[in-house]
Parts: sequence; C-alpha cells; structure tokens
Amino acid sequence: MGKSELLVAALQNGTVIDHIPTDKVFDIVNLLKLQEMKTPITIGNYLSSHRMGRKGIIKISDRFFTDHEVDKMAVVVPNIQLTTIRDYEVVDKKSVTMPDEINGIVKCPNPKCITNHEPMLTRFFVTDKECGSLRCRYCNKEITRDEVKLL
Amino acid sequence: MNQKNRSLVTLEDLDKEKILHLLDQAAKFESNPNRKILDGKIVATLFFEPSTRTRLSFETAVNRLGGRVIGFSDAATTSSTKGETLKDTIMMVSNYADLIIMRHYLEGAARYASEVSPVPIINAGDGANQHPSQTMLDLYSMKKTQGRLEDLNIYLVGDLKYGRTVHSMLQAMRYFNPTFHFIAPSELQMPEEWKDYCRHYGIKFHESTEFNEDIIADADILYMTRVQKERFSDLLEYERVKNTYILHRDMLCKAKPTMKILHPLPRVNEISQDVDESPMAYYFQQAKNGLFVREALICNSLDIQI
Ligand SMILES: [Zn+2]
Repeated sequence: MGKSELLVAALQNGTVIDHIPTDKVFDIVNLLKLQEMKTPITIGNYLSSHRMGRKGIIKISDRFFTDHEVDKMAVVVPNIQLTTIRDYEVVDKKSVTMPDEINGIVKCPNPKCITNHEPMLTRFFVTDKECGSLRCRYCNKEITRDEVKLL
Repeated sequence: MNQKNRSLVTLEDLDKEKILHLLDQAAKFESNPNRKILDGKIVATLFFEPSTRTRLSFETAVNRLGGRVIGFSDAATTSSTKGETLKDTIMMVSNYADLIIMRHYLEGAARYASEVSPVPIINAGDGANQHPSQTMLDLYSMKKTQGRLEDLNIYLVGDLKYGRTVHSMLQAMRYFNPTFHFIAPSELQMPEEWKDYCRHYGIKFHESTEFNEDIIADADILYMTRVQKERFSDLLEYERVKNTYILHRDMLCKAKPTMKILHPLPRVNEISQDVDESPMAYYFQQAKNGLFVREALICNSLDIQI
C-alpha cells in the first residue's frame, strides 16, 4: 500500500473530500472551520493524481456535511468529490457541482446593493457553472469565482 | 411581470407581447387621460431618494385616474432615518395602500420590496439599477413617432457607461431587431458586458467616438444623454471631449425628416437651445408620454383593464 493510499484508508465514520486543487486545500479548511474541530482530521496536499497531476485530500472523522455546507464548497472550489463513510463502508460518493441558485452564502460586493443594508438573505443566480460566475438577484452585479467573498 | 403580486421591478421580466400590450394601453390613455377607474384606490409613492420629476408624473397619473395618493418625497422625512428596515416600512405602508410606487437609492431595493410586500410594487428607480417606466416611455415615444418598433436605427449618444436608461433600452429592444449606434467618448463607451448582451441576443451595433451630421444622417432615433464631469477619472479628457457630444441645430441638416431626438431629461447643455425649435425635437413630448405610460403601468399592476 502506497503512502498516499494510507492517508485515505480506514475511516470508520466521516467524510472524505477528494480532488481538491492544491491551492484550495486551506480554503476548504477555513471554510468548514476544520481548525476548530476536535476529531481526527487528515489533510494531504500535493499527492499524485491520475486526473489532476497533483491534488489535495481531506478526511474528517465523525463529520457529515449539510447541503448548505456542500453548496458553500461548490462556490469556492469546483468539481471536488465528497465520499461519505459509515462503519467503514462508502455510503455516498458524489461530485460537488454548482446549484442553480446560491442562497445565503456569498456576500454581494456592490456596496450599494440592498443586501448589504437589510437583514436579508443574499441570493445569486449561477450564470456559468463551469467558471463559477454568479449574478446578484437584487442588484444584477456579476461576480467571478475569484471575486467571491463568503458571508 | 411578477404574476404573483403583479409587481413591475424590471423590464426584463416582461415579454414582447406584454410590452406591446402595455404600449397599446398607454395609447388609450393618451386619447383620454382622465378616467375615474381608480375610485376608492390608494396608491403610496415612497421616494427614499428625491426625484420630483418622476414623483409628479406618477402622482399625476393616479390623480387623473381618480385614485388617492399617500407617501413621502424624501427619506429625511421617513422612519428609515431612524433605522427602520425597508421591509418594515413596506409592511406598514401595505396596510394602507393598494399599490406602492417606490424609488430608492439602493440597487435591488424594489426587487426585495416585491418579495416581502403583499401589494404590488412599481419600481420608480433603484439606484443605478433599473427604471422601467422611463424605458417604457422611451419605447412609447419611438413607436408613436416612427409608427413601429421593428427595424429602427437607434443612435445612443453621450454617457453609455453609466447611463442606466441606455442599458435598459438594449434589454427592451431585443425583441424588435434594432440597429444600435453607440456614440461616446472613449472613457464612457458601452461596457463590454452590454456588448456581450447584444451579441447574445443578435442585436446589431456599431461604435464611434465621432459625433457629427454625417454620422447621424441615417438615424431614426437620436437618444441623447448627459456627459457628466464627475464620471471622468481624467479631467483633461473631460475638457477635451465636453463639447464634442453636444447636439447643435446645424448638425440636423442631413438627418431624415422623420428622425426624432429623445432625452431622458433633465438636460444640462448636451442639446443646445436652438434645437428646441426643430420639428425633430421630441424630448418634451417624450416626458409628457410618461404620464400615459405610467397610467397604463398603474392599472396593469392593479389588474384594471380598460
Ligand atoms: Zn447585489
């Protein structure tokens, strides 16, 4: 068994986040506030990948993600793979893709947008799932994935 | 049109059929602007940002239809200065009014209001975002003077970067096969995202920084906008171009006799006074058309057919 395989083996219960671009691993850590968790976490980066050349991977014990958290990851990092493991068995494996609408996750960068002045949810249309570009439902401001700031 | 509560937030919500229907309704109001069809109705005009011109036009429309108006004309007189949220103001007013016409300095305010309000909202301008009744009166003026909306040669002149009226016009005209000519100083040209919009919908356009009698000779509509000093990052550039985008009477010598000059008003100096006497000058009549268009929009939102 190679070293990189060792890293992902033997999770009894939890989630594996795979296919993370190498420059996004710590964005995911911050996004999910993994640094505050008190369960075993393995973070690997620059591991060989057939598909991506190099990739990052995070496996977290006893932690499962809500749809809201999954949407958050989709906004920041495209095409990651989520594997849910219960009692050593893979019970769910899916590629995370952008939903049609992003609600309550992204801050609108337009200081004159109503969402920055009222106690309300932000709402964005996903205008391009591949590039991850969004358009504010309220002020129509278009933003690219690199410009995204989470709430 | 938000069918749930019949709000009008942006013209993008209207299809071609609906736009033409509203223009037909406006023509009926032009033939008879005084109809007592809003008897017993109360319309609120909430102007969180002052705009006397737009407010008077809407309030005149309500009055001519026999409705009553409540509201405020300046945020300084409202509870929003005491920290009340827009939602709370809208909920309070919707207890009293059958329709809310609102103008707000924040972008997206009307969309949000339409989501929380139990009564319809008409957007009378939300910051730099949308001003659908202005665009409708522009369309009405073009249709009335040219006899059609299809296949028009439309020249947009001046500030095409920040001017929301010219962007809304692109959206509304996408159904009618127009050819646009964008005439602007290099700092204020039509933004790339709007040119992409034109390409996406197959709208033909040409660009120029020159403005003279030869350039505009083919125009059906000459749509003038203000070139404001504060829009320039380079003041030398402003000084260099400030007199370039001013329309003078002698520039009309080669124009089609049916050509009409539009302007959203107020003008500063971009149309010189001698143009006012030309039969091609249409901007004052255009503003008057706003009344008939707003009568049509109000009745539509209240689901009153004529
Ligand atoms: Zn926004």
